Amino acid sequence: MPALTLGLAQIKTKLGAVQANLEKHLALIDDAAKAGVQLLVFPELSLTGYVLQDLVPTVACAPTPDDPVFSQLLAVSRARNLDLVVGFVDEDQRNRFYIASAYLSQGRVVHVHHKVYLPTYGLFDEGRFFAWGDAVRAFDTRFGRLGMLICEDFWHASAPYLLWLDGADVMLFASASPGRGLNSAPTLESARWVEHVLKAYASLFTTFVAHTNKVGFEDGLNFWGGAVAFDPNGDQLVQGPYHEEALVVTTLDLNQLHRTRARLPLLRDERHALVAREIARITAGSAGARDKG
Amino acid sequence: MTNISLDINTDLARQILTQFLREEITRTGLSRAVVGLSGGIDSALACCLAAEALGPHNVLAVCMPYRTSAAESLEHAQLLIAQLGVPSLTVPITDMAEPLLNRFPDMSNLRRGNIMARLRMIVLYDQSAAFGGLVVGTGNKTEIMLGYSTLFGDSAHALNPLGDLYKTQVRQLARALGVPAPILDKAPSADLWPGQTDEAEMGLTYARADQLLYLLVDQRYKPEECVAAGFDAGFVRTVVDRLRRNHFKRVMPLVAKLSNRTVGYDFLYLRDWGT
Repeated sequence: MPALTLGLAQIKTKLGAVQANLEKHLALIDDAAKAGVQLLVFPELSLTGYVLQDLVPTVACAPTPDDPVFSQLLAVSRARNLDLVVGFVDEDQRNRFYIASAYLSQGRVVHVHHKVYLPTYGLFDEGRFFAWGDAVRAFDTRFGRLGMLICEDFWHASAPYLLWLDGADVMLFASASPGRGLNSAPTLESARWVEHVLKAYASLFTTFVAHTNKVGFEDGLNFWGGAVAFDPNGDQLVQGPYHEEALVVTTLDLNQLHRTRARLPLLRDERHALVAREIARITAGSAGARDKG
Repeated sequence: MTNISLDINTDLARQILTQFLREEITRTGLSRAVVGLSGGIDSALACCLAAEALGPHNVLAVCMPYRTSAAESLEHAQLLIAQLGVPSLTVPITDMAEPLLNRFPDMSNLRRGNIMARLRMIVLYDQSAAFGGLVVGTGNKTEIMLGYSTLFGDSAHALNPLGDLYKTQVRQLARALGVPAPILDKAPSADLWPGQTDEAEMGLTYARADQLLYLLVDQRYKPEECVAAGFDAGFVRTVVDRLRRNHFKRVMPLVAKLSNRTVGYDFLYLRDWGT
């Protein structure tokens, strides 16, 4: 598989209006298919909007073929031969609600990631409304082995590190990142922070990293868009506009993995057994420290 | 003295704030705005942003002078109205204010000022219904933090593009948006009585207050760290005290909780719910 044409959707959403958001997804999927996109990634909670609060239980769905929302997305993934990452609220069998991203391909749900880090500080209150995911796993697709993370997940270096060790050569990150930190610079601090860490991950893990983010407003919060992708050298492949809806398309030359890792064998030399030993020692030794699980 | 820059990128501020006004007004089903123009820099900037966001013909500028208002206030408002090409209306509040003011002849300036601010709110909300537009607020972050506003008066509005910009930043953005020079250059005043200026009334300068608030609020400095950074201890105490004392103006009225689900505590939805 030498190349992957990747679409990054930066969209506005209607807060709590799943049907309206689904229709927007279907329209954009149509545009993306016409543009030759093979894999289209939507932002965090793209089917629901972000600051859901007490709307959470009313907008949840299940990533299964009999779900009225997912049945349509699965059908279109098959009909348009287009893989999808969509953001939604997942309610499990025991009625716990997760911020989730699902990878859909050719009518099947290939993988679901539950957000493992829920920011509950500053302007964020996710831990109040959502359950914490408890797995970070790469998964196989027809484009190779991929990994997904959601927003705060990738502010903890361990999450992309685990995906890297688990075989992900393309990392797909989805966010609903509120814009903040206006100063004299031409972009918001929140955008610059994200771009720094994405570039760093692409460089350190010699892997592709792509990120998309919601746009528009929810009350006074702005969401800044700015979808980007970096190649395994840490070079930026594409930059979406800030604060505007867009379908951002770029082609990943997957052979770049071979060339970069031939030059820079960081993956070959990574000593994860050493990491595991040291983490076991640190965890065992920190009797006073609370284990966050 | 610690070097504190409050400079903002005005292009980015302009983009976000015009999008904010357009998106948050149109998602209610409306497409128009009403702005009370005082002749000062804050309302001038709010009006510029609204005109850019919605188109000038969708913004109604309302001037509401009282008999003691400075003549130049109205002139400056007219200057901006002419520049932007927005429809406008002048509704003097004198006839509405006098019966109440005359009933209490020994009324303090504070009470008189509050009455004027609340009468202007009544006019603006009436025009909101008549014109079919949301009332755009014009209070800046400095005023909000120091509590320099009238509750249910100038603090009453549907949405506020300026509430996270300090006065210094308002001035920078107003200049970038082409607010006329006479408005940019004059001393800030609530114009509630002749010769009043904000800075004299509060006993501080916006330049210093903005820098101190930036450290206290945005950078989370402790008061003693602000003193160590070069601010006068008495000034720091005054500002910290104003911040706390005026918090009631920044929150919704208290609801006494009795049931299992109560507005403000565990009935939680954004205003944009469903839109």
